Amino acid sequence: MSSTNNYILGVYDDEDEVLHAVSEVKSKGIKIEEVYTPFPIHGLDTALGHARTRLPIAAFMFGCLGLVCAQALINYTMVFDWPMIIGGKDFFALPDWIPITFEGTVLFTAFGLVTTFCISNDLYPGKKPEILDLRITDDRFVMAINVDKNKKSAADIKKALKDSGAVEVNVK
Amino acid sequence: MSHVVSPIREKLVTGGKSYHDVTHDICKQVEGEPTKEWKWAFGISCIIFAYGAYCLFYTWWQGIGVWGLNKTVGWAWDITNFVWWVGIGHAGTLISAVLLLFRQKWRTSINRSAEAMTIFAVLCAASFILAHMGRPWLAHWALPLPNAFGSLWVNFNSPLVWDVFAISTYLSVSLLFWYMGLVPDLATIRDRATTKASKFWYGLFSLGWTGSAKTWARYEYMSLILAGISTPLVLSVHTIVSMDFATSVIPGWHTTIFPPYFVAGAIFSGFAMVQTLLLITRVVFHLEDYITIEHIEMMNIVITITGSIVGIAYLTEFFIAWYSGVEYESYAFINRATGPYWWAYWMMMTCNVISPQLFWAKSIRTNLMVSFFLSIVVNVGMWFERFVIIVTSLHRDYIPSSWAMFSPTMYDIGDYIFSFGLFFTLFFLFAKFLPVVNMAEVKSVMKGVSTSYPAKKVKASTKTDE
Repeated sequence: MSSTNNYILGVYDDEDEVLHAVSEVKSKGIKIEEVYTPFPIHGLDTALGHARTRLPIAAFMFGCLGLVCAQALINYTMVFDWPMIIGGKDFFALPDWIPITFEGTVLFTAFGLVTTFCISNDLYPGKKPEILDLRITDDRFVMAINVDKNKKSAADIKKALKDSGAVEVNVK
Repeated sequence: MSHVVSPIREKLVTGGKSYHDVTHDICKQVEGEPTKEWKWAFGISCIIFAYGAYCLFYTWWQGIGVWGLNKTVGWAWDITNFVWWVGIGHAGTLISAVLLLFRQKWRTSINRSAEAMTIFAVLCAASFILAHMGRPWLAHWALPLPNAFGSLWVNFNSPLVWDVFAISTYLSVSLLFWYMGLVPDLATIRDRATTKASKFWYGLFSLGWTGSAKTWARYEYMSLILAGISTPLVLSVHTIVSMDFATSVIPGWHTTIFPPYFVAGAIFSGFAMVQTLLLITRVVFHLEDYITIEHIEMMNIVITITGSIVGIAYLTEFFIAWYSGVEYESYAFINRATGPYWWAYWMMMTCNVISPQLFWAKSIRTNLMVSFFLSIVVNVGMWFERFVIIVTSLHRDYIPSSWAMFSPTMYDIGDYIFSFGLFFTLFFLFAKFLPVVNMAEVKSVMKGVSTSYPAKKVKASTKTDE
C-alpha cells in the first residue's frame, strides 16, 4: 500500500469483536481493504469474502513432481545407466524404492508449498513491510478501509467503525 | 472464532495474561541483555563443545581406529549415539505436527523449543554419521552425484542410502516448518526493536510479514499441510533407521517388530528430552505461566504411554525369540539378559519400563523435581537400549573364537561429549536470540484456556459463537 492512499484504520482489541465488526461494517455497504491481526482468526477470511486458497492444489502438484523425480532418478541410475545385480533381485526393485520415493515426495511438497506461499503473499527475506500500526504484531486487530475506493464519506466510515466496537479510529 | 473449551479443563496460560503480556514476557529475553545464568550456561557448554571438538578432530585426523571397536564389534558408541540422538529428534516435529492435527492446544507453549531441540538433535546425530564413515570428506559419496567412476551410483536398495535421504529430508523439512512458524514472531520482535542491529536482522528474516487476514488464511493451510506431510515423515525416519538393523541377518536385529518399536522408543526419548529442557527453560526464563504443571503432566502421560509400548516391545522380542525356535535368536536374547552385558540390559529395563510407570500416580507426574529426574533416567535408559541392541547382538559372533567385548576409549567418550556440547551451545543460542514460545499460537488459543480472561471479552465471544 502506498502512502498516497487515504486509509482509515479501525483498531480493535479482541478477536471476536473484530470478526463481528467485519460483517457489521460490510452490511453498511463499506468496502474493507484488509484486516491485520497478531494471530490467525478462523472465519475472518470468509467473512471478508476472500476466495479459498489454492495452496493445497499447489502442494499436491509439488508432491506429484517429487514422486516422479525420485522415481526417474532411481530408475535411471538403477535400471538404465548402470544396472547391478543386488541380492539376486530384479534391476527394477520397486518395493526397495518406496522409502526414498516417499522422502522425495515430502521434500518437494514442503519446499514447493513454502515457496508458493511466499510468492503468493509477496514475502521474501529483507522485504520492507508496509506497517499500518506497530501493534498489529502485538495485541491489536486493525481493519483498514481505503476511502478512495468507497462511496461513503470518511465521517460515515469513522462512525461505522466506532459503532462496531473499535477502540480507536486512526487515519493513515 | 475462539473455540469452546470445557470449563473443567485445566488452564494452559495462568496469571491472567493479556495479549500484550504474552508479547512482553516472551520478547523480554530476546531484547534484554543476556542474564548471568545464561552466560554461565553458555560458557560451560562452549567449553564442553571445545573439548568435544578436539576429540572429534583427533578422531578424524587419526581415523576411527582410536575408538574401542574391534573385528567383532564394528558398531558401538557411534551408532548408539546416532540412533539415540535421532530418536530424541522425533519429539519436536511430533509435537508440532501430530498434536496440531489432533488439535491439542497444550502444544502451543512448547512446540517452538521442542522443534528447535529436534533440529539440534538431528545435527548431533548427523555428526556421528559423518564420524563413523571414517573418511568424512568423502561423505558426498552417499549422494547420487555424477562422478568419475562410471558414473557409479549409490545403491538405492540399501537401507543405509534410505537413511541418508530420510535424515536429510527430515532435517530440512523440520527446519522449514520451524522457520515458517517463527516468521510471525520474528515480525513481532522486528516491530518492537529499538536497536539498528535487531531491526535489520529480525527485519531480514521476518520476510516483510504484516499479518493480513489473507496471509494468515494461507498460512493456516500451509501449516496444516506441512503438519500432514511431517507426520508420516517423522514415522518414516525412525522406521528407516530401524531398517538399518532389521534388514541385516544378525540375530537380535533381524526382526519385523523393529519399526514400530523404534518409533515408540523415539517418541519416548524425545518427549523425555523436551521435558528436561522445558523444566530448565521455564525456571531460567520465568515462563511458569506458559509452561504450566498441566503441560508437564501431559508430557508425562505421553512418556508413560510410549514407555509402556516400548516395554511391550521388549517382552514381545523375548517371546518371539523363544517361539520362533531359532537357536541363534534365542541365544541372542538370553545373552542380553544374562550374558556379560546383563547390567546394560537391566539398566535399560529399569529405566525404560519400570520408571515411567511411576507416573501413574498424579502426585508424581505433577512433581517437578521427580519429573526432571525421571526425564533424565528415561534418556539414560534409551541410550542403554541402543547400546544393548547394537553391542550385545554383535559381541557374540557365530564362532566362539571371535567372541569379543567392547570397551570405549576416551575418543568414544569425547565424541559423545562433542554432541552434548553442540546440542547445548545451539540450544542456548536459540533461547537467547529467538522467542522460545510461539507467541502467535499461544495468543490464538488464549480465550478459553487462560485464567481470569477479562469478563468483557468472554461476553463478546459468546455473542459471536452461535
